[in-house]
Amino acid sequence: MKILVLLKMVPDVVEELEVAADGASLDRGFLRLIINERDENALEQALILKERHQGEVVVLAPEAPEVDDVLYTAMARGADRAIKVTGLREGLGSRASAAMLAGTLPGIAGLLPVDLVLTGCQAIDDLDGLVGPLVAAHLGLPYIGIVTGLDVDAGNVARCSREYSGGVRGRFEVDLPAVVGIQGAEKPPRYVPIAKVRAAMAAGGIETVPAVPGEEPGLLETLEMRKPVVAEGAEMIAGEPDEIAARICEILIGRGLL
Amino acid sequence: MAGAVWVLGEQWRGALADITYELLALGRPVADGLGVPLEVVLLGSGVEHLAGSLGVADRVLCGDAPALAEPIGEVDSRVLAALATERAPAVILVPMTNVSADLLGLLPARLGAALVNFCTDLKTLDGGLEAQCLVFGGKMEVRVVPGGETVVVGVLPGSRSAEEGRSERSPEVEKVPVDPVGSAVRLLAYEDPEAGDVDITQQEVLISVGRGLQGEANLDLAEELAEILGGAVAGSRPAIDMGWLPVTRQVGKSGMQVKPRLYVALGISGAPEHVEGMKGAALIIAVNTDPSAPIFNVAHYGAAADLLEVVPALIDKAKESKR
Repeated sequence: MKILVLLKMVPDVVEELEVAADGASLDRGFLRLIINERDENALEQALILKERHQGEVVVLAPEAPEVDDVLYTAMARGADRAIKVTGLREGLGSRASAAMLAGTLPGIAGLLPVDLVLTGCQAIDDLDGLVGPLVAAHLGLPYIGIVTGLDVDAGNVARCSREYSGGVRGRFEVDLPAVVGIQGAEKPPRYVPIAKVRAAMAAGGIETVPAVPGEEPGLLETLEMRKPVVAEGAEMIAGEPDEIAARICEILIGRGLL
Repeated sequence: MAGAVWVLGEQWRGALADITYELLALGRPVADGLGVPLEVVLLGSGVEHLAGSLGVADRVLCGDAPALAEPIGEVDSRVLAALATERAPAVILVPMTNVSADLLGLLPARLGAALVNFCTDLKTLDGGLEAQCLVFGGKMEVRVVPGGETVVVGVLPGSRSAEEGRSERSPEVEKVPVDPVGSAVRLLAYEDPEAGDVDITQQEVLISVGRGLQGEANLDLAEELAEILGGAVAGSRPAIDMGWLPVTRQVGKSGMQVKPRLYVALGISGAPEHVEGMKGAALIIAVNTDPSAPIFNVAHYGAAADLLEVVPALIDKAKESKR
C-alpha cells in the first residue's frame, strides 16, 4: 500500500511569541518552527502500517525553515520518499496552503494514486481552514478525523478508532482511498538515533517540487494580533523552589486542603 | 438582505450537547445585530423532541433520517452544505468539539465559504462581522473579519454560559428534506472506556501532569504529592500520548471534565483543549517553567519554575505541616 503523509511546520509555542510590526501577524524573526505534533503522529501511524503490510510511505511538506531536518528525520525513521513543495508564501493561511498542495499533488511524478493520505487532524495555526478536510474535498476523497489508530483490511477498507469526549471511542470503517486526520498514533513517535538522521542528510534525496498556484480567495482579514488580555490572571509566586513550596503550603492550609 | 444565523445543534448518542446552548447565547445578539432570524439546524434520527429546549432560536430546521442517527462529518457536511447552498445563511456556528470536528473542517471546503476557527467571541459591527479567536495554543488572540456570503465559525467551548442559551419556550420546527446518501465513512460501534481505574471526575484533589514532567520516571513525584493531599494523578494529552497515564486519567476535550476543590497543574501549558476540561476547579495552582504559558491565565496561583524542583520541596513541606 502507498501512504502519503502531509507534514507542516508550526511555531514552537514553548518559545516566546512576539507580534510583528504590522500588528496582525507573528514576528517571524525570532520564531522557532517545529513539526506540527499531530503530523508527527500521522507519520508514526503510517510507519506502523508500512511495517504491518509493506508498502511505501511518502512524506510531503511545504518549504519552511528547519523543514529539511524534519524530512530527513522522517526518512531516517523509515519514510521512502520526501518531497518539499516550494513557492508557498511564508505566513500563508492553512486554507490557501491546502489548496496549493492539493493542486500540486497530481503533477508530482509517481505520487498519485495513493491508498491513504494521513495528516494531523489540526494544527495550532489552523485559523482559516483544516488541511486534511480541505485536501480531501479538493481530491474528492472521504475524510475522517480525530483518529487515534487505524488498520487496513483485505480489500479497500480501513478500520479506525475515533476519539470523543470522556474517553469514548468510535470504531469506524472507511472506504479507501481516503484522507485521515490523525490525533494520535497507536504508539508515541519512534526514537531515531541522530547518527541515522545524519546518514540520511549525507545521502540527500529530498525532492523539490514547485507549488502550482491555486485560486483560493483570501477569505479572512486579520485586523489585530495580540497576547490574550487576561481579566484576572494567576497571582504569581516568586522565589526559590523552597519559597514557592512554602507559599503553596500556606495557600493549601488556608483553604483547609492540607 | 443577509441570510439567517445558524447554530449546529450538537446531537450525540441521542442527547443534545450543552454547547448547543452556548452557541445559541453567542448567536442571539449576532442575529439581532444583523436583523436576521436565529435558527438551529438539528440533524439526527427521531430527534424532533430535542427541539423543545431550543427556544432562544426563532426556528429549528430539523433534518430527520436513519442515515443521520449519529454524527458523521462526511455525511452531515453534505446534508448541511446542500441546505446552506439553498438558503444562504450568513453565519453557521459549529462547536469546536470532537463530535463536530470533521463537519467543521469539511463544511467550508464544500461550500467554498470562509472558516473562522478557534472563535471565542463574535460581534456585529456596522452590519458586518468581527470575530475574536485564540490561536497558537492559546498564546495569541486575533481579531478577524470574514469575507464571503456565508461564514462557518468554529466556536471554542466555554465562549458563553450554556444557561444563557436555554429556554423552555418551544420554537417553531420546520422539517427539512434530507437526501439519504451512501457514505464512505461508516460508524460500527461506540466503545466506552473500561471501568476499574480511578474516576478522576469524583476526586476532590487532582495533581495533573503534562509534558513538563519530562518522563514517566518522574510520575512518582506526582503520585506522592497526590497521596499526601488525598487526591489522584491526572494528566493533559501529552502525558497520555506518551503512555505515562491511562486514557481514563485524561483531562480536557478528549478526556474528562473535572471540577475538583484543588487542581494542581504541573508542567501543563494550558492549551484551550486542556483548559476546557478543568477551568471549573475551585482552586487552580500551576507550576510551569514558561512564564507566558496560557495556564497562568486560568490559574489562581502560579509559579514560573521547574516542577522537578518545586514538587520535592512541596512534598517535604506538606509532610512537615501534617505532623
